[in-house]
Amino acid sequence: MIAELGHFALILGFLVALLQVVVPLVGAAKRWPGWMRFAEPGANVLFLLTGFSFAALTYSFVVSDFSVKLVYMNSHTAKPMLYKVSGVWGNHEGSMLLWVLILTLFGAMAAWFGDGLPPTLKARILAVQASITAAFMAFVLFTSNPFLRMTPASMNGQDLNPLLQDPGLAFHPPFLYLGYVGLSMAFSFAVAALIEGRVDAAWGRWVRPWTLAAWIFLTIGIGLGSWWAYYELGWGGFWFWDPVENASFMPWLIAVALLHSAIVVEKRESLKSWTILLSIIAFGFSLVGAFITRSGIITSVHAFATDPERGVFLLFILAVFVGGALMLFALRAGVMEAKGVFGVVSRESALVLNNILLAVSAFIVFVGTMWPLVSELLFDRKLSVGEPWFNASFTPLMVVLGVVLPLGAMLPWKRGKLGRVAKQLSGAFVLALSIGALVWAMQEERSALGPIGLMLAAWLVAGSATDLLSRGRKGERFARILRLPRADWGKSVAHAGLGITIAGISGMLAWQQEDIRVMKNGDSLELAGYTITLNDVSRIEGPNYLSTTGNVTLAKDGKEISTLYPEKRVYPVAGMPTTEAAIDIGFWRDIYVVVGDPQDGGGWAMRSYFKPLANWIWGGALLMALGGALSLSDRRYRVAAGARKAPLQGVPAE
Amino acid sequence: MRWFVLSMLLWAAPAFAVQPDEILSDPQMEARARAISKELRCLVCRNENIDDSNAELARDLRLLVRERLVAGDNDDEAIEFIVARYGEYVLLNPRAGGSNLILYYAGPAMFLFALLAGGFYLRTRSRAKPEGSDALSAEEEEKLKNIMRE
Repeated sequence: MIAELGHFALILGFLVALLQVVVPLVGAAKRWPGWMRFAEPGANVLFLLTGFSFAALTYSFVVSDFSVKLVYMNSHTAKPMLYKVSGVWGNHEGSMLLWVLILTLFGAMAAWFGDGLPPTLKARILAVQASITAAFMAFVLFTSNPFLRMTPASMNGQDLNPLLQDPGLAFHPPFLYLGYVGLSMAFSFAVAALIEGRVDAAWGRWVRPWTLAAWIFLTIGIGLGSWWAYYELGWGGFWFWDPVENASFMPWLIAVALLHSAIVVEKRESLKSWTILLSIIAFGFSLVGAFITRSGIITSVHAFATDPERGVFLLFILAVFVGGALMLFALRAGVMEAKGVFGVVSRESALVLNNILLAVSAFIVFVGTMWPLVSELLFDRKLSVGEPWFNASFTPLMVVLGVVLPLGAMLPWKRGKLGRVAKQLSGAFVLALSIGALVWAMQEERSALGPIGLMLAAWLVAGSATDLLSRGRKGERFARILRLPRADWGKSVAHAGLGITIAGISGMLAWQQEDIRVMKNGDSLELAGYTITLNDVSRIEGPNYLSTTGNVTLAKDGKEISTLYPEKRVYPVAGMPTTEAAIDIGFWRDIYVVVGDPQDGGGWAMRSYFKPLANWIWGGALLMALGGALSLSDRRYRVAAGARKAPLQGVPAE
Repeated sequence: MRWFVLSMLLWAAPAFAVQPDEILSDPQMEARARAISKELRCLVCRNENIDDSNAELARDLRLLVRERLVAGDNDDEAIEFIVARYGEYVLLNPRAGGSNLILYYAGPAMFLFALLAGGFYLRTRSRAKPEGSDALSAEEEEKLKNIMRE
């Protein structure tokens, strides 16, 4: 009964979405206020109906209703409650319903917080958002219905893929979808502005918070996924350039570009058409990602629904929305003439360069991801494009980005002098250079990766600090810096976060040490100055798995640091093994221990790793997200969002 | 009974990336083998190199690479040996020849194009005449007021 109600609510939601597309658009065209106002309750009703539908599906999972086919396929009574709930989106149908839920959530939020928007623009934004919602509701209803029943009902389910039964991965998809789908707001703003025929500084200010929010979620989602891969896959890799990772990375790169170009629109009324184009492309890449994951056209570790019919449907959605938006873009190119005038050396130019680097790197990732498909179709060459290619093609652009970032971030608007900025940054430069030299002298191997990576990282962090420091006058410097707008703090924190991530990646890749050997109970090994002793291996029964757990002591200079319990689990229902690495987490390094198979002559295959600066990778990602959040909380956006209630300072009251 | 099932499962579970018994006694040669392994794709996996993969086939390939190195092949010869048997698909870093030149040149070409387009844009912006002055005209002021009021 509950499942049927959920299904019904979704059908109802689809019909409301269709109305929500037509009524506000007609209203905005004819300037009928009543029709335009339809959009607001419409967005709320859409959100409530989808929310109800999603709650109904969640309920079916929570109570383990095995007459619902999806629950049967992805759940089990012995599974912990957390994974019963996360099982809702651990499969194709449920995750698409989550996707639709987030689409309607963003629509409703635009209705709640969009008081400052002109009524016609707001009506159009909500209508465009509803059109995307309608398309995906149709996709769910016609190709991926999560509410299908099965007869006879089963006594128990087939369990969720054990790899997905993990706290890190339980929250990875919701964050990722908040990011992907959040970019639909930028798309709706862009298309609405094109229909409206007006793109101005105010538009730039309105669209930026939405993009920022989506980008924060995407950053956290990607970070969680990478962290999960690190501790779950058993050897501590954190990024694989897998097609599905790339599918999340491309919208992230474009969103970063969009965040920066929207600043130019807001402050200088330039780069308008480029920013509109980026808004369209960013969401386009989200759709490409959905297509890659769910069509099964590119094999990847993640692909969980390989069904050509669904692929064709998604391709159709992609073609209609991106194609339609680009057509509209071409028709309205005239209304977006640039206004601001600026010199070749200026903040504007630096942001243009930022956009070039980010857009080209997204393009490179796109080419690498799609090339195996293109090559096989057009040239009949079956080949792979993997990690070595991506590393070699992508890294140089990021190095250039890191080198120019601190300079660009400090250039003044309109017209600047490179020499002046270079002088301000000379301290940061000397610091970075000496850190690089120190690292070069200290390391045992002669690899360039570590010193260059840490030098770049120091340059970014010190450059961000210099940027903040330069804003205060002598004497009351620190008080002044603390009072700087949150957006300025956000900028510095996010840029420093990039530096921290670069430090983590290069440190880990340059100085990682590993040890693979057979160990018997009582055996010890030395790794990077640490002593790792295997005390004992025992078998333990978990709620829905059986585990082989090692007891390992980690010591340094004879002093015990911690006891680690690496596990190898088998999930009998799903018939799948997983490795649960034991990690001693530290600021400077992780010690990562994995227990493997029992050996013929007794003992266990043990793998131990010394991973320097590992946590800096995700720490930097968190800092980037934090910087975004600081920026989002800046007073200017709150003021702009609630302009009607709290008039802007400096605008005379009438 | 349960432990019997478990031990069967453990036994049937795939082997586990590089195994202790695979490692060559010569550390230099082993390092070369590891580097080569990172360039080769596990054919039955989805986008994993043979160094990280748990599959049986990956193990076979790892052993094959080490066999070739022990037999005196240099790195390129060992890779060529594998490619001759399993095809181009096995390479994670595709060869830069023929149609693959598109793959290799698309990125740099796009970068050059973007730099040119960006440079052209900057030139037009820096030479454009500022409209009157930086201040808004009366008409624009009125428009702005309306926007803010809405």
